[in-house]
Amino acid sequence: MFDLDRWNEIFVTISRNKTRSFLTAFGVFWGIFMLIALLGGGNGLEKLISGQFEGIASNSCFFWSGRTSEAYKGFRKGRYWRMNNKDVEIIRANVKGLEVIAPMLSTWANSDNVVRGEKKGTFSVQGNYASYNKIDNHKMMFGRYLNDIDLKEHRKVCVIGSRVYETLFNRGEDPLGHDIRIDGVYFKVIGVGEGGDNISFGDDKRNSITMPLTVMQRIYNYGDRVDILCAMAQPGIAVSEIHQQIETILKANHSIAPHDKQAVNSFNLETMFSQVAGLFTGVKLLAWIVGFGTLFAGIIGVSNIMMVTVRERTQEIGVRRALGARPSSIMGQIMSESFTITAMAGFLGISFGVLVLQMVDLGLSKDAGETTVFQIDFYTAIVSATIITCMGTLAGLGPAFRAMKIKPIEALSEE
Amino acid sequence: MIKLERINKTYYSGAPLHVLKGIDLHIGKGELVSIMGASGSGKSTLLNILGILDNYDTGNYYLNDVLIKNLGETRAAHFRNKLIGFIFQSFNLINFKNAMENVALPLYYRKVGRKTRNRMAVEYLDRLGLKDWAHHMPNELSGGQKQRVAIARALISKPQIILADEPTGALDSKTSAEVIQILRDVNREGMTMIIVTHESGIANLTDKIIRLRDGVIERIDDNSGHDASRFNPDNIK
Repeated sequence: MFDLDRWNEIFVTISRNKTRSFLTAFGVFWGIFMLIALLGGGNGLEKLISGQFEGIASNSCFFWSGRTSEAYKGFRKGRYWRMNNKDVEIIRANVKGLEVIAPMLSTWANSDNVVRGEKKGTFSVQGNYASYNKIDNHKMMFGRYLNDIDLKEHRKVCVIGSRVYETLFNRGEDPLGHDIRIDGVYFKVIGVGEGGDNISFGDDKRNSITMPLTVMQRIYNYGDRVDILCAMAQPGIAVSEIHQQIETILKANHSIAPHDKQAVNSFNLETMFSQVAGLFTGVKLLAWIVGFGTLFAGIIGVSNIMMVTVRERTQEIGVRRALGARPSSIMGQIMSESFTITAMAGFLGISFGVLVLQMVDLGLSKDAGETTVFQIDFYTAIVSATIITCMGTLAGLGPAFRAMKIKPIEALSEE
Repeated sequence: MIKLERINKTYYSGAPLHVLKGIDLHIGKGELVSIMGASGSGKSTLLNILGILDNYDTGNYYLNDVLIKNLGETRAAHFRNKLIGFIFQSFNLINFKNAMENVALPLYYRKVGRKTRNRMAVEYLDRLGLKDWAHHMPNELSGGQKQRVAIARALISKPQIILADEPTGALDSKTSAEVIQILRDVNREGMTMIIVTHESGIANLTDKIIRLRDGVIERIDDNSGHDASRFNPDNIK
């Protein structure tokens, strides 16, 4: 199979008609390039978007209050209601399959509400439970996140975002243990969160300050008010199950009609995740169909040209047959020719596709500081290479059979 | 050496054409035989059957006491490679291979190593006085040179018989004489040779002339005295 003469022959026949070989090869090259580019692009897009969800538990849901849309138990419709600490207790005691329930308070920033010595800035403030970290994981640059003792003892401590740190502290300064003044009250900094471009409630995490919920309720005179309830399901429990239970409890607690659709606002991350995942499955499928289609057109081109080649070489093939070439040897020759064109163009296309994706990625990474996203994985490359190899061989099959059927006498009588 | 028993061959493209009607023929080892006949007499078909390029319908063909009948393509290829050397009117050299590679081709299909077969090819070209042309492409050679390359190609596989189909058909009379002389020399070394021709001058140089007409052997002339040309008006010499 692997002898120098055959390869020499393949090279000679391919280079005999350079333009034609090049154009044929280009079809395959372009096909595989499209496939690689589309797959890599889809991958990149998916990773960029799913990067937004990084650190957020996908099995979680969120609730906040709205206006009622139905009159119920003597209350008029259009009433505004608020969640409170009691809801948290009841939910924790009654909802089956609940892993974490974390209430949250948040305020929008007043101008220059945060001060440290000469430095000041405008940042939003959130009150949280320590367990909120299980739902939305904070990566810490310094120090720690809130813990249960902070909440129980009403400690005036806070976790600040990275931009808050940059504004209030000198570069390289250790912020831990220093006091900052938030809306007139001094808080000790216990940690600095990295934040990122994740999704988050209220302001960007980098621009916000987190303090114990219990402390915030007291200092801001919120009583037992809660703005947002964050819930996470136990592993193996569908979010929709706890979602339903919590909604029912909230409605019962606040005299809201059971079928009121507007009073309780909520957001189920699991559904959203599955929608996004579905979207990307679609994108990937489309990439394969379009890429594969283009590639297939290229392969058909190869098959076509090989047919022409066989036609042109009828006399030569006849001579070879008369001199003792076995049909299998003629077939092998045609198939290795088609294989060589396809494989060479294909591997070049894969390499070029990877190169282009890498360049796109480099251009992108400079401003976002991302790791490699716009790229196909090694497995996809191997699969593509295998497809190319198989299709190249298959493309030669038809022409090879035609070549095999050439009878020496017919070929030799053709002058 | 070659024994044909009641060979029949009919072509079925369109109206059935009964080309060979019961050919009986015996050719011994080392003979130099020519087959003559008008076009349509079946001489090309006979040559194709002798060369295992075509099948026949009924009868038997023994080559070297082996019955050649209904062979598969692969076995036919094997026998052609081993037993038969072909020389064609239009040379049929492969035009993107040089003289040496053309000559070496039968050995390639016999899986002889590259070096060995190229060395042998140059030897055979040398015997035919073409050593200096070994690395020339066919289009750089004259007609006579091309036919000599083709003869070298037919000889290199050391076949049992050589079949030449109008070997001088595309050559001028001077080169024709040279080529025929080469074929006679090869025959003298013991090679069985069958030449199909319509030129009686060429046929006259062979030892036995088989005359075909309408698919049957009309006559076999013993021409060991090389005097057949006397009776023929269209003599080239």
